[in-house]
Amino acid sequence: MLALVSPALLVILALIVLPVGWLAWQSIYHDGFTLENYRRVFTEDIYWRSFALTFEISLAVTVIALLLGYPVAYLANALPKGWSILILSLVVLPFWTSVLVRAYAWLALLQRTGVINQFLRYLDVISEPLALVHNTFGTVVATVHILLPFMVLPLYASMQKIPGDLMQAGASLGASPSLTFFRVFLPLSLPGVLAGCTMVFVLCLGFYITPELLGGGRTVMVSMLVSRNVELYNQFGAASAVAVVLLASVLAIFVAVSRFISLDRVLGQK
Amino acid sequence: MTTKLGYALLGAVALSATAAGAAEQITFVSQGGAYQQAQTVAILDPSAKKLGITINQDSIPDAWPAIKTQVGSGKPIWDVVDTPTGNCLRGGEQGLIEKLDFSKIPNGAAMPEVYRSPYSVSYEFYSSVLSYSQKTFPKDAPNSWADFWDVKKFPGRRALRNHPFATLEAALMADGVAPDKLYPLDVDRAFRKLEEIKPHITVWWTSGAQSAQLLNDGEVDMEMAWNGRVSAVAKEGAKVAFTYNQGILQSTSLCILKGAPNLDTAVKFLNEAVDPVHQANLPLHIDYGPGNPKAFETGVIKPERAAQLPSEPANASKQALMSYAWWSSPAGEAAEKRWASFMQK
Repeated sequence: MLALVSPALLVILALIVLPVGWLAWQSIYHDGFTLENYRRVFTEDIYWRSFALTFEISLAVTVIALLLGYPVAYLANALPKGWSILILSLVVLPFWTSVLVRAYAWLALLQRTGVINQFLRYLDVISEPLALVHNTFGTVVATVHILLPFMVLPLYASMQKIPGDLMQAGASLGASPSLTFFRVFLPLSLPGVLAGCTMVFVLCLGFYITPELLGGGRTVMVSMLVSRNVELYNQFGAASAVAVVLLASVLAIFVAVSRFISLDRVLGQK
Repeated sequence: MTTKLGYALLGAVALSATAAGAAEQITFVSQGGAYQQAQTVAILDPSAKKLGITINQDSIPDAWPAIKTQVGSGKPIWDVVDTPTGNCLRGGEQGLIEKLDFSKIPNGAAMPEVYRSPYSVSYEFYSSVLSYSQKTFPKDAPNSWADFWDVKKFPGRRALRNHPFATLEAALMADGVAPDKLYPLDVDRAFRKLEEIKPHITVWWTSGAQSAQLLNDGEVDMEMAWNGRVSAVAKEGAKVAFTYNQGILQSTSLCILKGAPNLDTAVKFLNEAVDPVHQANLPLHIDYGPGNPKAFETGVIKPERAAQLPSEPANASKQALMSYAWWSSPAGEAAEKRWASFMQK
């Protein structure tokens, strides 16, 4: 057994454990042992602001993705096979477009001279174009779009495992459709909700290109601080300390979530 | 016919390959794209021919991390790098860049002193200029940074670069500092002035492509942008223009990596690359100005073309020359760090 998994373990060791370890080492060792990089992260305002903003955006994106994704997954689950395949392919389709292209597409839609503002002005709903992009709003919109599949797929997977007879049983006992949904279906789909939310939240924490292009320069997420620190301090340690703190927060989230649900489930194994 | 031509070419390649095997060579690094292609035609190929050397090319958008790791490893692969002048200076101070012996670089020695440093010579110039939409401002366009800051007289959406370079200079000029009296920068005063305009800035752009898009799509009515980006947008047919008045003249320079494998050839090449005639050929292929001002005396650049270039003497006299020495000083580095907290407040 060990012989069988050892190649995989070696790959993980070489490609993940060693580089991440080296990165972490750089953050505390530069011409001698130093905590300077961490002192900076924990005392300077800009880091707190960025971490707070990053968690706020991730939370907003997660909630919106859940509200948008749940009905989609529900529909895909409830409809006959042909329809559900169509819905799921539409959900997955954007995966094949680069994140960069999608960011620019949102720019074309949201900017002052963009499609939405032009249309609203044509309808005379607004007289001045709305500020839909180059701010946090535009960043959230585009990020939700990119991360939506990571919400819909786990939801759909967990809904698939809910036996249809349970709903019929509820109905036969006289419960209204909404009561069966809230008392039977929703609780049974919660593992999928938790799995989807964790995936979206964690992925969003590390977003870089989208806030960079659509944030207008003001939406400084943690990943942007990482890249800025490489430039500013001319050594990797200053940047990797930020990355280590972010990694630690992600791990903390996973640990917290794993108290409610087995990690296998979050990662879609069971 | 084609076969014959093919054989002839093959022979030529084989010949030059044997010649190269015996001859000296260097590895030259620039930033790629249309810019490096323009150099290849204007400067690199003619220099290689004249010196009888082979120039191997490499390109990288940001050379600084590579310079650090290559020299740090003790065995650099590159010889000559074309990189923003600030990199040459801080590299020199950190022992990553060779000190130049100007007695072996007569073309460099003949350049004005502000165009060179102990570690580098200017290679080409670009400028951070005030650009605007001619649709919004068909006449009475903004013509100075004071105009850019005047939101009453010139209403409209604005963008600046999300970086302190040139932005602090512009703020000080808006506050009345003369272009030739900027350095050392009064950083507090510059940030105070920037706070004034901050609420009126729609976008803080991070890449040249983004600045071009903003102007092209009419997303902003005026912005600071690099002259080459604005003229490219104008060439595409957009109604945009810019002024060199109070532009901030910036440069990339050539410098040689410490312990470069072909040091002597690298020095020879460096001298040849800033030769006035090669330098004069560069703006015939791309919208950047020659690093050596003597290029304008060669007659290669027609007066109409010269008038469009950032480093043409009359244009240069309207602008501020960026001091990379100040930006790589401790005060400059502190100002760069302060930028992030300014942006997030």
